[in-house]
Amino acid sequence: MIHFFTTYGSQLIAKIGQHLYISAIALLLGIIVAVPLGILLTRMKHGANFVITLAGVLQTIPAMALLAIMIPIFGIGSTPAIVALFIYSLLPILRNTYLGMKGVSPAVQDAAKGMGMTWWQAIIQADLPLAAPVIMAGIRLSATYVIAWATLASYIGAGGLGDFIFNGLNLYRSDLILGGSIPVILLALLVDYLLGKVETRVTPRQILR
Amino acid sequence: MLLEMSHLRKEYPNGKMAVDDFNLEVDRGEFICFIGTSGSGKTTTMRMINRMLHQTSGTIKINGHDIAKMDPVKLRRSIGYVIQSIGLMPHMTIQENIELVPKLLGWSPEKRAQQAHKMIALAQLPDEMLQRYPGELSGGQQQRIGVVRALAADQEIILMDEPFGALDPITRESLQDLVKHLQEDLGKTFIFVTHDMDEALNLATRVVIMSQGKQVQVDTPENILRHPANEFVTNLIGEERLIRAQPNILTVSQIMKPHPATIHPEQTLADAIDTMHERRVDTLLVIDQTQKLVGYLDIDDVSRKTDVQTPVSQLMNHEVSYVQAKALIGDSVQRLLKLGVKNIPVVNATKQLVGIVTRTSLVDIVYDALRGAPATDEQPASPINANIHAVANHEGSADA
Repeated sequence: MIHFFTTYGSQLIAKIGQHLYISAIALLLGIIVAVPLGILLTRMKHGANFVITLAGVLQTIPAMALLAIMIPIFGIGSTPAIVALFIYSLLPILRNTYLGMKGVSPAVQDAAKGMGMTWWQAIIQADLPLAAPVIMAGIRLSATYVIAWATLASYIGAGGLGDFIFNGLNLYRSDLILGGSIPVILLALLVDYLLGKVETRVTPRQILR
Repeated sequence: MLLEMSHLRKEYPNGKMAVDDFNLEVDRGEFICFIGTSGSGKTTTMRMINRMLHQTSGTIKINGHDIAKMDPVKLRRSIGYVIQSIGLMPHMTIQENIELVPKLLGWSPEKRAQQAHKMIALAQLPDEMLQRYPGELSGGQQQRIGVVRALAADQEIILMDEPFGALDPITRESLQDLVKHLQEDLGKTFIFVTHDMDEALNLATRVVIMSQGKQVQVDTPENILRHPANEFVTNLIGEERLIRAQPNILTVSQIMKPHPATIHPEQTLADAIDTMHERRVDTLLVIDQTQKLVGYLDIDDVSRKTDVQTPVSQLMNHEVSYVQAKALIGDSVQRLLKLGVKNIPVVNATKQLVGIVTRTSLVDIVYDALRGAPATDEQPASPINANIHAVANHEGSADA
């Protein structure tokens, strides 16, 4: 244990940094795309099912295959990894945004519009705050997925904690495998915990309902 | 004219006619109730006023301006809107909820806060409640906020879509009092959709009865009760309610008995006694040659005198109370019961005697109201309506 840290300590920090970087960028892109898209879907009469199914289909592509597909387009390195992880992050966020926005009571929406809110004001001031807990739950789920799958990114040269795991697999070194896996698990748990805090914060204060 | 709706029509793509040629002019301070069965188009019509729905054809004007040419967002901010499901923003405090439209209109925070305090007082709720969330309030309290929120930006017209439908009867009544107060004291104009006939009759200055997208009758509650336009309206009002409403819509002339026992002042006591005997009454109404009521003669006054040739004019009581034929029964019942008299003469506008209302006539009304038999067709069995006189005792004169 101590031996592992003294030998790989600095390398570990760097890999965690890479891992977080890839995951964070992918998740951020996922949020930027999926939340507005999810909101938009609730405002359209048709197409919502199609788009959500499409995101679901993308989700079913095996991770390795998706990464392999990325190489001819984006080459190797962190870019193809980020794009692939971004695609994976879409579905949970998209679906939860859609469901969260759909779940806002029609009475609130009717009142918001009837009192003279613009389309935009109604979304920002009424729907979004009320859908926020559900959307955050989707983001949490995506975050854990992305952190877990980011280990595979090392396969196409993006670095991250996956490097330890793949090296360990190649060299039959279980200390390296564990040295990569355990930080990934801890990272996922930590991020989930922190996002859980955010979720509580954005949940509107309604003591009773 | 504050609000003019002309030839409004709303047809859905599937061909269903939701509203068909709707016409209505609403003056400032009116309380208009739209009532009808579900699917009658009442809510659809109301929602076209703030452009939540768009008419297929026809125009709506507010203060002479065609609302189709206005910015719908601005229009909605100028019209109060209250819905059955209340629609308070659950993530906002009561204060934020009340300030919503003023904030959209860009009022300063001080002015908004001032208005919020004013509005919560208007809703008759404690000021501390401003800091609470809707979820912490009862349904009735929430809808009180819903009502005053609709006035917070000094809206002139308030649209209400079955606002009290989900409340219990006692809460509903107190909310009805609140909106009635807002209309009467603040001069707000209400367009109020309901399916509760009692509510409509109680609140409205005019009721619009709708069926299958058409206006069936538009009139004051009194006129609708008095003259339901057709069977649909009668059914909608309900037989029971029509009967119960009779004291308030029937006039005295509709229940009085015509041809009471009378005598002229110049006739003699002998004539009077003969008439009393013949008609089996103890009181005679004294009328002059022009049928004008001038007094009455009670059996008490007669028995004290021995000279049968005394003219009636010397014996009669000149102070006689009476009711107008056009008066409502509700009012005359009060009078009759308060005076403690057994009967009361009925006169027309020129004080000519036209009939008499006895306590038995009132018994009929009460009987019908309680037992449910319509009384309107019932006419006195005989022109000799002396039954009450016959059994009348000494206090049973027409005196006050």
